Amino acid sequence: MKYVNHPVPKKDAMALVTGKPVYTDDLAPKDCLVVKLLRSPHPNAWVREIRTEAAKKVEGIVCVLTYQDVPDQRFTIAGQTYPELSPYDRKILDVHLRFAGDPVAIVAGETEAAVDQALAKIKVSYQVEKAVLDMHQAKDNPVLVHPEEDWEAKVPVGADNKRNLAASGDEISGDVDAAFADCAYVVDETYHTKANQQCMMETFRTCCYMDCYGRLNVLTSTQIPFHVRRIVGRALGIPSSKVRVIKPRIGGGFGAKQTAVCEVYPALVTWITGRPSKIVYSRYESLICASPRHEMEVRVKAGADQEGIVKALDIKVLSNTGAYGDHGPTTVGLTGHKALALYRHLQAYHFSYDVVYTNVQASGAYRGYGATQGIFAVESAINELAHQMGMDPVVLREKNMPVEGGPLHGYDGNSPTATSCSLDRCLKRAKEMFHWDERYPSRVMPNGKIRGAGMALALQGSSIACVDVGGATVKLNEDGSYTLSLGCADMGTGCDTILSQMTADCMDTELDNVVVGAVDTDISPYDSGSYASATTYATGNAVLKACSMLREKIQAFGAGMLGLPVEDTMFDGVCVTGQGRQVSLAEIAVQATCGNVQELQATASFSSMISPPPYMAGLAEVEIDPETGSVEVTDYVAVVDCGTPVNPNLARVQTEGGIVQGIGMALTEEVQYTDTGRIRNNSFMQYKIPSRMDVGQIRVEFESSYEQSGPFGAKSIGELVIDTPCPAIADAVYNAVGVRIRELPITPEKIAMGIAKGRQEV
Amino acid sequence: MKMDFWLNNVHREAEVQPDTLLLDLLRQMGCFSVKRGCETANCGLCTVLLDGRPVLSCSMLALRVQGKKVVTLEGMEKEAQEFGAFLAGEGAEQCGFCNPGFIMNVFAMLKELQDPDEEQIREYLAGNLCRCSGFVGQTRSILKYLRYKQDRKGEYRE
Repeated sequence: MKYVNHPVPKKDAMALVTGKPVYTDDLAPKDCLVVKLLRSPHPNAWVREIRTEAAKKVEGIVCVLTYQDVPDQRFTIAGQTYPELSPYDRKILDVHLRFAGDPVAIVAGETEAAVDQALAKIKVSYQVEKAVLDMHQAKDNPVLVHPEEDWEAKVPVGADNKRNLAASGDEISGDVDAAFADCAYVVDETYHTKANQQCMMETFRTCCYMDCYGRLNVLTSTQIPFHVRRIVGRALGIPSSKVRVIKPRIGGGFGAKQTAVCEVYPALVTWITGRPSKIVYSRYESLICASPRHEMEVRVKAGADQEGIVKALDIKVLSNTGAYGDHGPTTVGLTGHKALALYRHLQAYHFSYDVVYTNVQASGAYRGYGATQGIFAVESAINELAHQMGMDPVVLREKNMPVEGGPLHGYDGNSPTATSCSLDRCLKRAKEMFHWDERYPSRVMPNGKIRGAGMALALQGSSIACVDVGGATVKLNEDGSYTLSLGCADMGTGCDTILSQMTADCMDTELDNVVVGAVDTDISPYDSGSYASATTYATGNAVLKACSMLREKIQAFGAGMLGLPVEDTMFDGVCVTGQGRQVSLAEIAVQATCGNVQELQATASFSSMISPPPYMAGLAEVEIDPETGSVEVTDYVAVVDCGTPVNPNLARVQTEGGIVQGIGMALTEEVQYTDTGRIRNNSFMQYKIPSRMDVGQIRVEFESSYEQSGPFGAKSIGELVIDTPCPAIADAVYNAVGVRIRELPITPEKIAMGIAKGRQEV
Repeated sequence: MKMDFWLNNVHREAEVQPDTLLLDLLRQMGCFSVKRGCETANCGLCTVLLDGRPVLSCSMLALRVQGKKVVTLEGMEKEAQEFGAFLAGEGAEQCGFCNPGFIMNVFAMLKELQDPDEEQIREYLAGNLCRCSGFVGQTRSILKYLRYKQDRKGEYRE
């Protein structure tokens, strides 16, 4: 392999570092109408009357749309394969407003100033209703978030809008009571994770325009171009063949853009007016009406025998999907399924969940997708179990963690066994790098601060088994170069590059000889999109398949030119040779453009029956000032098994970035509400993501397994890396100052209060 | 209102409103490297150089640069390529959206500080947020770039 497993720079790097205009708003036509939304100030209200005459009279205003002007059918904006597991519970604009921020009207005008003026002139009379703001009181509450009769769950997921349920379920394996009865040690605690914002630097934005065929073109910052095409079609009540979606460079996604958060608004404006339009969400909007991580409360009962073998787990989840059910029924599955699979000796488990509607901002997909919440809870419970037993948590993991060929209990994706797994080596190496034995559990520093060590394990998936589709087209060009067309969305992670690396190695050519481009649903092969840690694995396999098909075609073509049977020839990437004669790829490429009936291009789709997990061990050290509770992460060691790292540099930066997002979730990030259901921290002034001052040492290494079903042995990496910081840091805090915090984020206030209360649980 | 200033070493005239922000003016004038990541002066994405010093163009009225010299990344293409190769060499450019503001501030730092250490780098760049990289790859790239610059200086002296 000349390129796979090598740290080549990204193909688009130079454009990005020199600030070229490659993002949605840079490319939007300069005569775009500006689109903005009037938003509800109330968490639960009905529009009694809405007057738009004055707004429409503002100079430069082209249209003002209300619920009376939109198609009357419900849809979901969750980017999922059809039929979506998320309920059809939205309209572009609705008469019923279900959270403070729900759009009431769409205004489009020539300038931002005109639009702002018009927004202020819309007069709305609201019928304000009591709101359901606490997820604990949502189920069977007389106040319904979705009382409407046309609410629809396309797939049976235990949803019932008349009970405020977006999903519910119960899974049981083995005799749980008997398994717990055999346990010498049992922990039964409840852990609470909050909604977090992805905070990609480029907020949500979309631009739309009509083309010469009367079709709606949607240029958008998305992870899901093909799903957006379907969603926009349904929302507007037009065939999706009338919609073309183009994805340029994206300024980050992290799952936020796996939901079509803003696409439908300019789409409707352009469809109605025929004029190009664009919407650019402010950071404020991206913090109050976006697609954050589901708040979850997870009760975990974990039991182990005398030897520290974890025998039984009972996981009970309450997930808050907010006002709409986007990704609600699916995230919760991972909360149980990924965490359960971390314990290979389980005799029995029980996993049950309710996903409830409330009158707060709707949740969505955020890196880790439910697994992050479940792993925080289960890994924390296991750490508590280790303390109860007086056992080193690393030793406890060594006895219980997944091993290659061993079982993956409760794991989704038809993978009853770990086909590839080097988690044992990951943990061993992480322990060495960290000098765990010297630093666990804690040490007092000369300045009086206390450092504590904590750890956790994690696994995620590699694409959704039997669902996700990766697609790739490879074609030979006249000059002997290859064009790789992809339908997955590079959101900065570098998938265009790593898939080009695979192509270069498959075709035995130079990386510079592979041309790769942005996604265009008119041109790119179908791909379900960049989410669920699918791209490297699923689209990578599609690339391998397409390359293999194209190699055969090139060889057959060359054999034809040589007048030889194909089995007497070989193709080495440069020439087709046989019987001492040869014809070069350049000659083949030219010949294929003249009088030719054999196309030298191949398109392949791939979908996997299994979803082989990548694994990670994460070890954290925190430093706490016992006087103030101030806490910082001084050192984080991560060792990852993502199979073959296709591009070690990009895999490392994914890991570092994921850890820092995880540190944010652990220590500072939390979407907070007032008593009246409005978001308190609606700017970067208040919603604090980590800055570089908050990041200590981060050390990442890889201990690769080889996944037979993966391209070049690769598995995923994107989501896994956010899963260990929360539980590792929570236990490090406990080991430092004896304060057990089960509700994120772990703020200095909570630590100080815990210390003040005499090291009780908070 | 009419104003004039130097944009990337070219004298330019512009028609602005009293409340036009420098960021919006620069984008209108084709400097698309200048990005907005927030509205509260927290993210650093809109950093440009004003008379050689880094400023947040989201928090400055366009009229304040009357007669002054503004430099955006478009005006430092060669330098951006040189440093950018180190950033990309770590894979730390990632989505790229924060790169222009970050790189402008790196250039400002290198003007202001002699051979900064890791702590100084972190402090100087504290206002430049990045959600992809976790920052440590950015720091690696700066340290390697500094070493490269030092080595080149050494060669030059010899």
